[in-house]
Amino acid sequence: MATYHYDKHRRRLTRRDLVKGGFAVTAIAAVGPYYLRYAHAQTGPIKIGLPVPLTGPYSSEAQNQARCAQLAIDMFNQAGGLKGRMAELLVRDDKLNPGEAATRSQELIESDKVNFLCGSLSASVQLAVNNVAKNRGVIYNSISQSDTINEASDFSKYTFHEALNPHMTSGAVGRYVFPKFGKRVAFLTADYAYGHEMVNGFKRVGKQFGLEDVLEIKHPIGQADYSTFFPRIQAAKPDILIASNFGRDQLNTFKQATEFGLKQQMKIICPVLLYTQRLAGGGTSFEGVIGGANYYWELEKTAPTAKRLNDAYRAKHGGEVPSDYAAYGFSGIYSMLEAVKKVGTTDTDAVIAAMETLKYDAYKGTQYFRKCDHQSVQSVLVIESKPDSQAKSKADICSIVATETGSEDRLRSCKELGHG
Amino acid sequence: MPPRDEGDPVTFDLFLLQLFTGLALGSIYVLVALGLSLIFGMLTVVNFAHGQFFMVGAYLGVFFLGLTGNFWFSLLAVPIAAGVIGMVCERFLVRPLYGRGIDYPLLLTYGLGLVLLESVRMIAGTQGVPFNTPPLLSGAVDLGVFFFPKYRLFLIVITALLLIGLWLFLEKTTYGLIIRAGARDPEIVNILGVDVSRVWLVVFGIGISLAATAGLLAAPIRGVFPEMGVPVLVEAFVVTVVGGMGSLVGAVIAGLLVGVTVSFTAFFFPQMSTLSMFVLMALVLIFRPRGLFGRAGALG
Repeated sequence: MATYHYDKHRRRLTRRDLVKGGFAVTAIAAVGPYYLRYAHAQTGPIKIGLPVPLTGPYSSEAQNQARCAQLAIDMFNQAGGLKGRMAELLVRDDKLNPGEAATRSQELIESDKVNFLCGSLSASVQLAVNNVAKNRGVIYNSISQSDTINEASDFSKYTFHEALNPHMTSGAVGRYVFPKFGKRVAFLTADYAYGHEMVNGFKRVGKQFGLEDVLEIKHPIGQADYSTFFPRIQAAKPDILIASNFGRDQLNTFKQATEFGLKQQMKIICPVLLYTQRLAGGGTSFEGVIGGANYYWELEKTAPTAKRLNDAYRAKHGGEVPSDYAAYGFSGIYSMLEAVKKVGTTDTDAVIAAMETLKYDAYKGTQYFRKCDHQSVQSVLVIESKPDSQAKSKADICSIVATETGSEDRLRSCKELGHG
Repeated sequence: MPPRDEGDPVTFDLFLLQLFTGLALGSIYVLVALGLSLIFGMLTVVNFAHGQFFMVGAYLGVFFLGLTGNFWFSLLAVPIAAGVIGMVCERFLVRPLYGRGIDYPLLLTYGLGLVLLESVRMIAGTQGVPFNTPPLLSGAVDLGVFFFPKYRLFLIVITALLLIGLWLFLEKTTYGLIIRAGARDPEIVNILGVDVSRVWLVVFGIGISLAATAGLLAAPIRGVFPEMGVPVLVEAFVVTVVGGMGSLVGAVIAGLLVGVTVSFTAFFFPQMSTLSMFVLMALVLIFRPRGLFGRAGALG
């Protein structure tokens, strides 16, 4: 039963009442716009909003994403735009926080009147942006890994997923490593959606190979020291340690696992081997680690579009090459703008229809969005970190050991995801 | 917690190992908290820039390592360079705020921390730089049942040496006597003809120097990147609060206690490992608000 904390004799408001009232006003303000649909400008610049975590543990990935997104915009504009209509990128800091991301996306839609949204770098943040976008009928192309976003409950016709999803990534990595390095697997997992989804993916693909799950440790995100988990991992004697964490957490895990001699006893695997963390962590810490990737710059040897992206990036950023997650920034914007060019308008429904049938080659070969869940069907690379002694240049840090071609067979079926 | 199968029994060896890992981790917490505790204990300044000086220390280490290629030279140069930076900060930023209440220097150092963080991001980039363990100390030693990294053993030794050095300096030298007297009653010390402001200058310099040295020493374990100091401020505060604000003995006991707590929590409830240090802090604050070895009303 509700109790009211005001003084009956004096009828004076208490702080509690004010807080309650404040919540009510905020709630109305937040829900109100849901009933509105925004008419997007069909003239003037094509605006694309990019909420990414410019501050926080994934800041270096996020800044690179913004750089690459800008390259896609520049490329579109240099080619004349959409009959002279130029594209414009609006980067916002989501601080890796779902609430912050929702607010920024809302502002991008309502105040800045963006035509499309792209971005985010965490599963939960991405779902927050998606929620805002789908309620306001704005196309959102997500560039961070998530399985949930494919599922019918979170999906809407406005939702596109340019990034790989954990199911595809862990599947490709699992199919490569389980036959090679053994069946006894220990999991060290960051305790949030990304980690959990990766582990589910590995277990699922592991069934075919008789995976034996000997230990599962979940750790909080942003942990600085992993040494306290190592005694149990060593005592469990696994063939493989799968570390499903991201950003600095990945770097510190490998750095400390190397220190503790874990590599002498087991093979270390990660779902996504991050280029930026490998650069910051150095060759010794990452030596021999195998993981998945959407992109590695050496693809330029075989894919002309990879060379196009690398060259554009090199020209603008002092000869450096784009990282894997940075490349998502490029392809996320590129695929939307390709669709815009194809239909010759920024009308939301027309662009959705175009994206659903588009075949595009942004940076690594042909990709397309599957009709039912708008997941981008694309190749997955399996890469292995090189020791410093074999590096021919500063960027030469990995070798591509396997490539899994994009195929709908590698995705969960539309039926399993709850579509139709 | 996942069920244990026969591959993961809780043996006595494993228990000992977990304890040892916790103590080793604790010695890093001690190292990290030392500078914060010293500055608070002697100057009653809560240095919110502690974590950022830790980070600056690591970057200075990278700089000196790049110049000379020698870790040991860096280990010598970083404390000196950081000490000078600390003294400059004290002289021109902190000093005007003495006697104005504890919140003034707190806000100042908080802002200073932000400036340091952004400066490093601008100068050295946001991505972070590799920092390898010095070759002499890389690799692991076989302790019979378990491999333990040489570098972490080295850290335990260094931390112990720093503590002994600091204790000898404060307790056994004339200068230490002046510092302690200045902390207790600056006015009398001033009347006795000692320039207290110079004493504080030196203490602040030493505190910053300790923070930076900790950053350099932690670099091979945690990596070097602009945000590396952020969790450090939190860890250092937990250790300082548990041990008692300003108590060096407290910092040592609390650091080890936090290390062991985190380690055993990681063993039984891994998801809670980071949280456990705050639970420990809350418990200590409930039953002993001044911390294990703190003076009453230190913040009054």
